[in-house]
Amino acid sequence: MRGIAERMLPALAPPLMLAGCTGWQSALDVHGASAINLKHLIILIVTVCSIVWALVMVALIAALWHHRDRRELAVSLDPRRERRMTITVAAAVAATVVIISVFTVLSFFTTRALSLAGNDDLTIKVRGLQWWWGVEYFGSAPDQRFETANEIHIPVGRNVRLQLEGIDVIHSFWAPSLAGKQDLVPGRPNELMIRAERAGTYRGQCAEFCGLQHAHMAFFVVAEEQPIFDEWVRLQRQNAATSSDAEVTAGQQVFLSKQCAACHAIRGTSASGTTGPDLTHIGSRKYIAAGLFETTRGSLAAWIADPQTLKPGNNMPMVPLNPEELRSISAYLASLK
Amino acid sequence: MRISLVFLSVAVATAGCQREERQLRLDPPVAAALDNIALMPNGISGAPPEAYFALDKPYESNAYNLNQGKRLYSWFGCKACHADGQGGIGPAFLDGWWNYGPEMVSVFASIRDGRPHGMPAFRDKMTTEQIWQLAGYVRTIGAYSAKTAAPSRNDEKHTRPSENRAPAALLFDQGPTPVHPDQGPTP
Amino acid sequence: MRGGDGKRNNHDTDLGRPALETALAETWKTPSSLWGALATVDHKIIGRRYIVTAFVFLALGGILAVLMRLQLAQPEARLLGPDRYNQIFTMHGANMMFLFAVPVMEAMAVYLVPLMVGTRNIAFPRLNAFSYWIFLAGGALLWISFALDMGPDVGWFAYVPLSGPQFGSGKRADIWAQMITFTEVSALAVSVEIVVTIFKQRAPGMSLDRIPLFVWSMLITSFIIIMAMPAIMIASTSLILDRLVGTHFFNPAEGGDVLLWQHLFWFFGHPEVYIIFLPAVGMVSIMVATFARRPVFGYLALVMALIATGILAFGLWVHHMFVTGLPRLGESFFTASSMAIAIPAGIQIFCWLATLWDGKPVFKTPLLFVIGFIVTFVIGGLTGVMVASVPFDTQVHDTYFVVAHFHYVLIGGAVFPLVGAIYYWFPKMTGRMMSEDLGKWAFWLIFIGFNLTFFPMHILGLQGMPRRIYTYQPDMPWHGLNMFVSVSAVVLVAGFLVFFIDAIRSVRRGPPAGDNPWDAPTLEWATSSPPPSYNFARIPVVDGADPLWEQREILAVAAGLRTDRRELIITTVGAAKPEAREASPRNSIWPFWAALATSLMLIWSIFTPWAVVWGSIPVAITLIGWFWPKGTPEDES
Repeated sequence: MRGIAERMLPALAPPLMLAGCTGWQSALDVHGASAINLKHLIILIVTVCSIVWALVMVALIAALWHHRDRRELAVSLDPRRERRMTITVAAAVAATVVIISVFTVLSFFTTRALSLAGNDDLTIKVRGLQWWWGVEYFGSAPDQRFETANEIHIPVGRNVRLQLEGIDVIHSFWAPSLAGKQDLVPGRPNELMIRAERAGTYRGQCAEFCGLQHAHMAFFVVAEEQPIFDEWVRLQRQNAATSSDAEVTAGQQVFLSKQCAACHAIRGTSASGTTGPDLTHIGSRKYIAAGLFETTRGSLAAWIADPQTLKPGNNMPMVPLNPEELRSISAYLASLK
Repeated sequence: MRISLVFLSVAVATAGCQREERQLRLDPPVAAALDNIALMPNGISGAPPEAYFALDKPYESNAYNLNQGKRLYSWFGCKACHADGQGGIGPAFLDGWWNYGPEMVSVFASIRDGRPHGMPAFRDKMTTEQIWQLAGYVRTIGAYSAKTAAPSRNDEKHTRPSENRAPAALLFDQGPTPVHPDQGPTP
Repeated sequence: MRGGDGKRNNHDTDLGRPALETALAETWKTPSSLWGALATVDHKIIGRRYIVTAFVFLALGGILAVLMRLQLAQPEARLLGPDRYNQIFTMHGANMMFLFAVPVMEAMAVYLVPLMVGTRNIAFPRLNAFSYWIFLAGGALLWISFALDMGPDVGWFAYVPLSGPQFGSGKRADIWAQMITFTEVSALAVSVEIVVTIFKQRAPGMSLDRIPLFVWSMLITSFIIIMAMPAIMIASTSLILDRLVGTHFFNPAEGGDVLLWQHLFWFFGHPEVYIIFLPAVGMVSIMVATFARRPVFGYLALVMALIATGILAFGLWVHHMFVTGLPRLGESFFTASSMAIAIPAGIQIFCWLATLWDGKPVFKTPLLFVIGFIVTFVIGGLTGVMVASVPFDTQVHDTYFVVAHFHYVLIGGAVFPLVGAIYYWFPKMTGRMMSEDLGKWAFWLIFIGFNLTFFPMHILGLQGMPRRIYTYQPDMPWHGLNMFVSVSAVVLVAGFLVFFIDAIRSVRRGPPAGDNPWDAPTLEWATSSPPPSYNFARIPVVDGADPLWEQREILAVAAGLRTDRRELIITTVGAAKPEAREASPRNSIWPFWAALATSLMLIWSIFTPWAVVWGSIPVAITLIGWFWPKGTPEDES
């Protein structure tokens, strides 16, 4: 493991904080239409406020260093000086009123600019559960409907309407590089409009405290060009891939005979559980367990072997499997691309 | 006097601890040991495994486990046959009549192995720990006295008094036709 | 003013100074026994107790903060599990807001307001004693349950459905909700006493435009408490009913509403922060005047700003709910009002700056903390203007940006003035000065440590770090700043340690202070340090806003109160003309018993609703004992 000094090094380098201005989950590294608008507002307001603070500090320092030519205690006050100070204070208050009025008006206009609705919207339903995200896509026919989890693909440059539904407690959908956040409140269907202006993968995280594993409830928005997105949708609509590989087939047997199928669904098999994430195309998702690990055979095996150590308190039980079953089931799930 | 006060406060403290403790991960050997119940030949009653007592009977009065049990009750489709305790295709729990007795071992065995006349076995659908949690919860549905740890109402449509309003059995309205007319009036 | 019975030697006009003081001490004393400690109704003893207890809670909450920072210094650290961490951050917030911030401001008022308005005791002194015991019981309930692994783990504002009956298992959220009841009853009691004391017990001649600014701020604060506390009483009671009895206030499936909780809580929750902030503002006004060596500039503007803040505070609460999906037009109204409250705050800052400009600053420790307050509170206020904007808030809500904002306004805006106020009034309360050298060390450590700890959190929030997470992934770019913040927190803790050590040492071994070591203008400095049990040998009479500066040689006094009974002067609300002589209650053990019975009933009702029925019997008995006419001379007069 790293030495103490290595671990302390980040603490001693405040300039490095500026390096974090880039990232896939940052309000300052933005590639969504809303987030770009918001970043402009943020920079403007922060700049003006910094100048205001600096001016107040200058006034404070001047007030403290200013030498008054008078005896120690002043009980009776000079009306002329009092009047001059009244005018100065009144001017400062007037400036404050102007600044916050400007801020208020700017906020109104930015709020209006955030509503992106149009005719060509793509509608996706997002459900927030303790501690994962259910994602539902629709199509022109009912059998074109499919479900996935924790990863949302969207086409670049098109308005996407996310219908947010809280299933158990309040969660919050927040992908800062794309848009501001919106809560998923049980009993109150909400909506969030996003539009990615550049292809890429953007990370988001639940932003409303929702219990034991609020810290590990991430999701990914993958923005791709329209043809690539259409291809992804076509593949997702298909049932689970079949394979002739012996280990993969054995893994499917394990999946269907053990407790897995009671909670998880894999379209094309007899597994049709609805209480856990849909696993039909788990192998094609970049991360498992709501952003906990990248999807590999190893991470799948680790997750299934001991979910309660990796994400203590989450709702996936520890299913007792022997090593051979664990190997084959991880091979099976990794093959479900 | 002072000693008894100390004992009393320690007892209260440990009682509080037990009810509110959250054990998020059950060690696999312990979980495997909890599966080894000793059932009587007729399938009714028996003895829980040693591990159960070593853990201080965690599924009967621990609020977190009972709450998890309540979640499992709705997740695994129990409502299809047992409604919200009112029964239907399957026996009612609310009326206080237990076909196989109200002991934890019997309820655990019923869920794990199934019973004649339609109760499926959940051995391959739920883990041992989950079955124990569910068994603990099912017993609070037909409770005769309120437990402090018993779960409260769900954020759903209201079908009966919640388990912590007890005795739920007393508050249960049988309707014009009693659920089990052949068994006589409820206790 | 002779009494009707014609007795002699029982009015202060009959006695010379030494005999007067002996007689008054005998009438107003608190016996130094256990009974005396439990039964006292002296506002100074109760106020000191309150302050010390609140600071103990501050220290405990600070330890929780250190634990959180240790856990967050590294990604995927295994120091604390999620359950323990959730309990810790909930306890940190609930403890600091309900058991430290509001009670300590109340406590300073309980101690100082009667002295500043020139009366002998606070109004309703037995209620005052009751309020302290209730506060202590609420704090004990919360901390003992935390020690038993039963601490609430749903956040200090406990949103439903997470804290509701389905998802909040066990009794944890009930303990939080009932702790609220304890602390709100205690706060309501004190606020009623403060309002009555300020309106009716001022020294003759202290008209409304001569009241010290701390007293004004406590008056406004008390009204805010009276208007805001009922909302959270309703909210916490509804939550307990939902959890214990099965009502459906917050159950959407049965016609309830999840957002109702948020509206009810924040209707209280926003005024709550002004309950914490306005007393601090009052303290700043007092200290600025004393250490700038001139009356504060813009008295009328400052009073108007206080009143405007108090009224506006009730029109901001939806800014905590900007991302819940409420209609954007309605939310934008709250942007306007949330920004507008910067105007009274700005007025106050500019008036203080003008006072300092025109004055001759004396750089003692209290003034250092006032300067620190101005620097940090302005940052906090400006980030407040930022989060007041709906679109800005959609990015920073529930992130470390907001954590930074509220720590800047709470620590910068309330704790800095409070610590300065402790340095300022410590001589009056204990008769000894705190150390100027240690004071400067404490100030610089706290100031630097605070800014290094909390400023980077603004950046962390903009970099995407949500709040209330027990850990974070190694591939997020937050490790460096989090480590920096955790290390800086050590500096902040060191500063507070220096402050606590200085205070504890100085109680016994500080240099003796005189009556008025700072040469301050307000009435509490007209009596000895610490004040005698009767506060003033004769009630002062004032004819200006800064009595000790205007009447430097001899202070005018009123005479004629009895010395064999507890008496004080009641004056009119506006011009403070003397109206009547009022009997003041003697020491009584009944408030203690009533608090015990009430605590029993409230704690029992966590477990069963029948406790309200059976538990109210002991409460009724103790109340009957409390109000039973004793046939004492005070009652008859």
